[in-house]
Amino acid sequence: MSTKAPTTDPNLSALAEHNDDTPTPATPRGRGGRRYSLLTSSDRSTITAMTAIPAALHIALVWIPALGTFLLSFTNWNGVRWSSLKWVGLRNYKQLFTVFEKDLYESLLNNLWVMLALFFVGTPLGMFIAYILDKNLRGSAVYQSVFYAPVVLSLAVVGFIWKSVMYSPGQGVLNSVLGRTGSGNQIDWLGNPDRVIAVGGEYGLGKNFLALVVAMIWIHVGYVMVLYLAGLKSVDPTLREAAAIDGANEWQVFRKVVLPSMKPVNIVVLVITVITSLRVFDIIDVLNNPIGTDVLSILVTDNILGESGNVGRGSAYGVVLLLVCFVFAVVYLRNAFSEDDA
Amino acid sequence: MSSLELPSSAYPSPTAWGKHLSRRQVVQGGLALGASAVVLGACGSDSEDGSLNPGSASGTLTIGSNASDPDPQAGLVAVKDTFPNKDVEISINTLDHNTYQENINNILQAGEDDVLAWFAGFRNKFFAEQGLLGDISDVWEQSSGLGEGFKAASTASDGKQYFMPTNYYTWAVNYSKKLFAEKGYNEPQNIGELLDLADNMATDGITPFAFANDGQWPIMGTFDILNMRVNGYDFHIDLMGGNESWTDERVRTVFSTWESLLPYHQTGANGRTWQEGAAALETGEAGMYLLGTFAASASDALAADMDFFNFPEIDASIGASALDAPIDGFQMIANPSNASAAKELLLHMSTPAAQDAYLTKDPSVVASNSNANTGTYNDLQKKSAALAGAATGISQFLDRDTIPDFAGECGNMFAEFIEDPSKTDSLLADLEEKKVAIFADYS
Repeated sequence: MSTKAPTTDPNLSALAEHNDDTPTPATPRGRGGRRYSLLTSSDRSTITAMTAIPAALHIALVWIPALGTFLLSFTNWNGVRWSSLKWVGLRNYKQLFTVFEKDLYESLLNNLWVMLALFFVGTPLGMFIAYILDKNLRGSAVYQSVFYAPVVLSLAVVGFIWKSVMYSPGQGVLNSVLGRTGSGNQIDWLGNPDRVIAVGGEYGLGKNFLALVVAMIWIHVGYVMVLYLAGLKSVDPTLREAAAIDGANEWQVFRKVVLPSMKPVNIVVLVITVITSLRVFDIIDVLNNPIGTDVLSILVTDNILGESGNVGRGSAYGVVLLLVCFVFAVVYLRNAFSEDDA
Repeated sequence: MSSLELPSSAYPSPTAWGKHLSRRQVVQGGLALGASAVVLGACGSDSEDGSLNPGSASGTLTIGSNASDPDPQAGLVAVKDTFPNKDVEISINTLDHNTYQENINNILQAGEDDVLAWFAGFRNKFFAEQGLLGDISDVWEQSSGLGEGFKAASTASDGKQYFMPTNYYTWAVNYSKKLFAEKGYNEPQNIGELLDLADNMATDGITPFAFANDGQWPIMGTFDILNMRVNGYDFHIDLMGGNESWTDERVRTVFSTWESLLPYHQTGANGRTWQEGAAALETGEAGMYLLGTFAASASDALAADMDFFNFPEIDASIGASALDAPIDGFQMIANPSNASAAKELLLHMSTPAAQDAYLTKDPSVVASNSNANTGTYNDLQKKSAALAGAATGISQFLDRDTIPDFAGECGNMFAEFIEDPSKTDSLLADLEEKKVAIFADYS
């Protein structure tokens, strides 16, 4: 790529002053001198390279695999040899909604529970902690490290903490504190799929899934806290002071001044919350995926990975996940662009 | 974007780092040797025609291994060290147990490892039928001391052998010798005596059966044994092979029997690891525990105190001579870089010398070769060998006897069943529907 960066280029540094009709002296282009380009040829090649390389990577690493997944969802294939690939039309999708429908609906619902929990509990809690810690408490750095630790910990450690230290029925902290370690008296935190919230006859939020959601919130809070700590630093303190002088109380200052001025962070956090809840996989996997705790990404990997891969069905689950993601992406992009236009 | 991709254990302890390095070196060494073996193979000397002629092979050979626990890992090294043909340079490429299993498809096709650790029965046949494994019938012709049961478990649908069994263990009802002596309990001979024993334990304030199902595989053993006692070995294998219906009255009987036994089991099994179940047996909280004899490896105290009995007969016309005894061993990839050395090694693995060497390092299993030295066996090994030797039908455990995808569905169904047995009929109907779909995918 050209190293003639835009800042060293006289044309571009002059860019701000130019109107469309102002001729550029350095590089006149076009016949009759009526139209001039602002860009030199090296600018053009730079811009081409800077868009073409990421675009090519994006197409190769995102869209071609996505298209491949879409195509494979119409096959029955074990992933071993191309010769064993059979085209089966819509069969996998039909089976998703007739044979494996309980798995599918349960997973969609579980993804939704995660999203609701992170949005209404995890994110506000992270924001709250960040707000408190931003007040220069004594030992703030220690608290920050403690709350951020779950994000940094290796998944193997996270799995150990929740499975063996917290939720173990015979030896776990929770049952010990509650005095429920005796035989027949133990609370089966991770194994009991009884409903906390029932949806329809067969579906709902399982007790054990709620236990997993708690672990997800535990990680999410630290992540959100760090983002908001950075966001809060950028809020102009004079705005707060002005609002306080005008008689606003703490909550009003936060609600009407601080939160709106952190809009870019809010959007990032919202996107992260949605993405995290759609792609949640790891924590469920390290806790051994107890019954009733499937989510879409678990169904995808269970089918495609594993020793007798069922690539067709796994891909069909993948396409469902892709469509769900599309819904959120479209909503987000429409909002983003409509605001730009305004 | 995920929190989990951030650098995690940036400062591992020295021991962790050391282990990490050594494993990586093992893998890289394996890759390098595998690559050089390809080069050697390509040169093609006359002796490398892939035939089995003990002592004639040379060159390099790589064993792919899932023996990531210390004992099995040391055992495999011992097997390698006793290989008599020193012209063959063998390297061992060890992967984490679960990683290995999930990636076996890729490992088989990568061609870096010539000989791979694996399981007998359906899971070996599955790959043989995909054309991913090499025929080792000639190795079987030259081997001796392996029973017919082992041969059957190593034979694919084309009648050829694709597997070399090296050792196995048994599933049975484990108990604490101390507790049985203290309370005057005796090993039951039939289901009536078992129920009486369970009632006595309950009266004594002991939970009759420890019960754990974390990972959704341990209680597959309970289903296996009940199905084999109620319906017999042949029906069990047909059911696993997808040839019988799960809505059949006979399967329903198994679940009714299981339901009647559930009150004798620990509650909340789905969130309990098998080690926690073993801990309940060790402390005397529970009196019996249906699990593989590996239960003894949960603690040294349990290993010293544990004994087991075969699950007693339920139906006198069926008897009690079938059981789960999963067989481990090795298979060869379809196009090994050094077939003659690979076959020579597999032949060596079938011998008492190699198996004795393995068992000195890993005494939790039993040798497949009937000529292996049983003098060094501990009581559990002796009893396991006697039990399997007397068995008329040996199954490999549910997740080795059927398509892995379907085994996962069975695991889910059993887990839901023990939570709420009243749903049995709808659970079975659902499982049958999935069975039809999954077996159609692999037909």
